[in-house]
Amino acid sequence: MNLTRRHLLLLLPAAGVAWKYVLAGTPEAAPNYKLSEHWWSMLIDLPKCIGCGNCVRACQQENDVPDGYFRTWIERYHVNDYDIENPVVDSPDGGKMGFPPAKDGSGKNFFVPKLCNHCADSPCTQVCPVGATFISPDGVVLVDKTYCLGCRYCVQACPYGCRFINPKTDTAEKCTLCYHRITKGLTTACCESCPTGARQLADLKNPNDPIHEFLKTHSVQVLKPSMATHAKVYYNGMDGSVR
Amino acid sequence: MNGVEGFMYPNEVELQWSVLIVLYPFLTGLVAGAFILASLERVFNVEAVKPTYRLALLTALSFLLVAPLPLQLHLGHPERSYEMYLTPHRTSAMAMFGFVYLWYLMAVLVLEIWLDYRRDIVELSRSSTGLKRLIYRAMTLGSSNISERALAIDEKTGWITTIIGIPSAFLLHGYVGFIFGSIKANPWWSTPLMPVVFLFSAMVSGIAAVMLLYMLFALLRKQTIDMRCVDTIARYLFYTFIIDFSLEMLDLIHRIYESDESFRSLDFMVHTKLYMSHIVIQIICGTVVPIALLALTQLLKLTDIWRKRIYVTAGCLTLIGIFAMRWNVVIGGQLFSKSFLGYTTYKMGLVTREGLLTAVVLTILPFVILGVLVKLLPPWTERHFEPAPSALSS
Repeated sequence: MNLTRRHLLLLLPAAGVAWKYVLAGTPEAAPNYKLSEHWWSMLIDLPKCIGCGNCVRACQQENDVPDGYFRTWIERYHVNDYDIENPVVDSPDGGKMGFPPAKDGSGKNFFVPKLCNHCADSPCTQVCPVGATFISPDGVVLVDKTYCLGCRYCVQACPYGCRFINPKTDTAEKCTLCYHRITKGLTTACCESCPTGARQLADLKNPNDPIHEFLKTHSVQVLKPSMATHAKVYYNGMDGSVR
Repeated sequence: MNGVEGFMYPNEVELQWSVLIVLYPFLTGLVAGAFILASLERVFNVEAVKPTYRLALLTALSFLLVAPLPLQLHLGHPERSYEMYLTPHRTSAMAMFGFVYLWYLMAVLVLEIWLDYRRDIVELSRSSTGLKRLIYRAMTLGSSNISERALAIDEKTGWITTIIGIPSAFLLHGYVGFIFGSIKANPWWSTPLMPVVFLFSAMVSGIAAVMLLYMLFALLRKQTIDMRCVDTIARYLFYTFIIDFSLEMLDLIHRIYESDESFRSLDFMVHTKLYMSHIVIQIICGTVVPIALLALTQLLKLTDIWRKRIYVTAGCLTLIGIFAMRWNVVIGGQLFSKSFLGYTTYKMGLVTREGLLTAVVLTILPFVILGVLVKLLPPWTERHFEPAPSALSS
């Protein structure tokens, strides 16, 4: 086919639009980021959490999380002195807009932010029939939504209720530790928006990360240790009633 | 929040697996059970159940053809399901589904049916005309030798296929149980007994289904029911049911006695949201009553007509009970929070992709397929072949 000037003029704008889409799909370059040099986790300092919901709102905005679903949320525990095994828990709309005043003045109240625990032995990645969800070499559990079948087996397998099916994409979704941010040297949206510093992104492979000093000097726990998932979200000051 | 009592993790409120996933183990259970009944005659030489041999195989095939449909309809991206064949994730119990299914369908069931029917297919391809002739000729796969020697080879190969088929049937349904039993996050599912319970309940449902279908077809064809045959099937149903019930009770007693951290939550659920489907339908109506009815037929000398009535009642109740068991496993396992602090409600759609109507259609579909298969490949032992015109002229 002979390409005339007229054809070329018609093709150029189309090629321009196509190129724009190619560029839009290309991740921003992070040339200095080396996967093998990081092992991401998060520290949650529970006594500092005030249940303001900033983290939930920031996460929803940053990651376009649909209403009614949560990559992170806050629970409020009310524990009576005489019944620590049966706490009363609420989380209105995931604690996105904070919490109404507590009804029961007795016992104790505290907030527990929750998110994917980025388990080193994650049951969700184990059960995925096609390997669409996986652990990245830097320790983050991710989902390839162009590959996910939407079978929901991973949602069933997560002991912490951290996964959901995004109704827009019909694929599994969860916290990515704002992977698009942390690989560029930024912190997560939830950590950045936390007014009290209750959430801190931590890199266990970085010897200069303050997490090491914190872990040495504090009693920290993970959620549901009996599940043996090697969760990497560490909770400081967590009450035994939290589940 | 609507339908929630206590506290659920916010992402848990909506159930992930619907009535279609209830249907999937129910259908595969009927497949495995029907096949195991068929193998009784073939491998263990139980002559009495011979009249149901071919019907059991066709029943298994009809249900097996429909079994993947609820899964496909449930997937968020069914167009990607082929990825399970191309890039199966080795650590996933679910990844093996495609392979187990194909193995069972092609290497066991279709092969066994073809070998058993080959002589009939060849004879039908000679005696029929028009489109039917073309269909039967295609079904011969070019193998029209029905000499004594060829038939003996068929028989031997069929026997070997059945021998391979029995562990395959166990694998097919035991594997379905493993999909649930291996989820450590869910205490309602997580038990090593789950594959065994699934297997025995599969045998119970398959045997009951074939017994009922045999009696139904006899009625439709105005043939007398071979009472020796149904008595034998009912006896096997009774024995298998006792093992199945014992296993389920063992699981229940173990849970009650251990009373681990999940017990209070699960116990509450069984006494409230699952009371009707678990206690009333599954255990009382679907297990205790049919076992008692079948026991009556073993203990008392009842007339044929009463035995038939009891078998039909017990068979129907059994199928309802096994369906309720699948429901209680799949739906029940999602009604409580993994925090053990609350409960949600299953809201079944009516005409949605995963709704009641779809479930009803998928339940009826295997019977439609069975009807076609029975027309195409009559499973009855008596034969009525008209001689082919060419055979007459020669």
